[in-house]
Amino acid sequence: MLSDILVYGLMNGAVYAMLAVGFSLIFGAARIINLAHTAFFMLAAYAVFYLGFSMALHPVIAIPLAILIVVLVGVFVYYVFMEPIREHETAVLIITVAVALVFQEVILIVFGGHYRGVSNIVSGYVSPMGIRISYQYLLTMGVVSFSLLAVWLVLMKTRLGVAIRSSAQDREIANLMGMNVARIAAATMAISVALAAIAGVMVAPLYTLEPHMWLDPLVLVLAIVILGGLGSIKGSFIGALILAFIEVIVVFTMPGGAFLKVAIALAIMLVILVVRPEGLYGVYLEGER
Amino acid sequence: MAVIQMALRYIRKEILVLPTRVIAVLFVLTLLLLPFLTQDMYILRILAIAAIFAIFAASWDLLSGFVGQISFGHALFFGVAAYTTALLNLRLGWSPVITIPLGALVAVLVGLLVGIPCLRLKGPYLGLATLAFPIMLMGIIFVFPGFFGGELGISGITRLAALRIHEYYLAVGLMLVLCFIMWKITDSKIGIIFHAIREDEIAVRASGINTIKFKLLAFCLSGFFAGIAGGLFTHFLRIAGPSMLAVLMSFQAIIWTIFGGIATIYGAVAGVFILYPTLEILRAAAEYRMLIFALIVLLVLRVMPEGITTFIRDKLERECPRCKVRNAFNRKEFRVCYSNMHG
Repeated sequence: MLSDILVYGLMNGAVYAMLAVGFSLIFGAARIINLAHTAFFMLAAYAVFYLGFSMALHPVIAIPLAILIVVLVGVFVYYVFMEPIREHETAVLIITVAVALVFQEVILIVFGGHYRGVSNIVSGYVSPMGIRISYQYLLTMGVVSFSLLAVWLVLMKTRLGVAIRSSAQDREIANLMGMNVARIAAATMAISVALAAIAGVMVAPLYTLEPHMWLDPLVLVLAIVILGGLGSIKGSFIGALILAFIEVIVVFTMPGGAFLKVAIALAIMLVILVVRPEGLYGVYLEGER
Repeated sequence: MAVIQMALRYIRKEILVLPTRVIAVLFVLTLLLLPFLTQDMYILRILAIAAIFAIFAASWDLLSGFVGQISFGHALFFGVAAYTTALLNLRLGWSPVITIPLGALVAVLVGLLVGIPCLRLKGPYLGLATLAFPIMLMGIIFVFPGFFGGELGISGITRLAALRIHEYYLAVGLMLVLCFIMWKITDSKIGIIFHAIREDEIAVRASGINTIKFKLLAFCLSGFFAGIAGGLFTHFLRIAGPSMLAVLMSFQAIIWTIFGGIATIYGAVAGVFILYPTLEILRAAAEYRMLIFALIVLLVLRVMPEGITTFIRDKLERECPRCKVRNAFNRKEFRVCYSNMHG
């Protein structure tokens, strides 16, 4: 059981980290609470299902194509629906909900409400010390670590990364320094959606695909970014691991755990929030108007 | 005679001068007189549910729109009151006259319980923390299916009133009264403090006002009105189920209010009375129903990001820059200070 907890905890933690870091990035750079974030994740999983099975493309083509399509959709949504009404934060919030609903309904109409599965990209498993780990898990964790490392490098070492971080700190001043904040936000949206899409295509073989699969991860991603501190990449990463392990431990050790897993994860988030209102690594929003 | 003359004068001077007031009066009259035109059960049912949801949406607007304490878990108050009402009615056999106020009181207590730990949280942190409460409660409900009815909920509750038309008038009447009270609250001195807390909490605290007291008051008031809506809804549908605590229920209130116009109260009512019947009419579109609904919300908010009532109000009326009194758009001069409107 301990080994199961370790494997599933790391696995879920990696996926949640991908989603939470993306969510955190776009909140930081554009102050958008993107409730459609996990809908992009779902869209990517379905895109890989469609390209890989209905069109019978090889995974090497289907996966990058699926990610590209989802990123293009994300940037389109940002430019058409979010950028023009950016000052009306509540309207943007509801627009993201509406976008998620549109994705859900389009998928429901095109693919129907059946549960769908995607077969593994790689088959087989290794069993070091008697723990059975399939290659799909190893591949997913490898891709996730690589993507998170790449995002971290982009943020820390490139001009774009400096621009994103500075507009996250103070959008107005960044604008006054001559940065095109709208374009930076669009680039951030692209990175954030790409992270969600990569997570989506990687877990498509591990999860069951259905049109409401975006709701449960959304609640957890929100809890994670709040726990870790809004806008903090490190916080999102650590928060994802904490909540993923809590979830897995509850499921494996408690009776009725499947009903309680989200409730207990959220209760722990609340306890941490009461002690530290800005999350583990968040910046305190006191001065923000 | 004199009374009638005064009444006519009042109508002419205070209502007919402003197009939005005419619309509001027409809306209230239509709601009250509709049963004389049609006795269709279906239409009355839809409008009664819309009225109950309007109380719910307006209570969200009171807390989140006015005080700025954005809550993503407003279904908590609705659901707690619904379950309390249902259990009191079913287990103890009390009538709706007692169960609905008691449900609302429990919702107020829950409001305090949620409000106290959330006082330190701000902005998105508060919103996402409140999101957690109804989900946690839902977990508890699923773990004790014997007492709370589990996934099926509690059914077999007595009706709100014996006749559908009585239920309709009860729902619509309470909606009009409660929303009027909420609107008056936001217009009172307390309302001004609420506004100020949203705009700049530190400045309010620096002015010697106990913001904690007012924030808790807002949580309680909002919980009370949402609780009444929850109780009414339970007795109307005669079931209390876990869907009343779902994330979707909380977000429905937010979608309606922001669609109608946030921080107005009447915007929340308008949002519900536009969107809820629309969703029912769209049943004709079968599987495209939710897609069309989502697209309507998306496109309307894209064009009118401040909400539909605020958008229409600003098109129909202009505020005088000098005397701050609203005027119909087609006037030549402002109605109080008589300065030229286009000069």
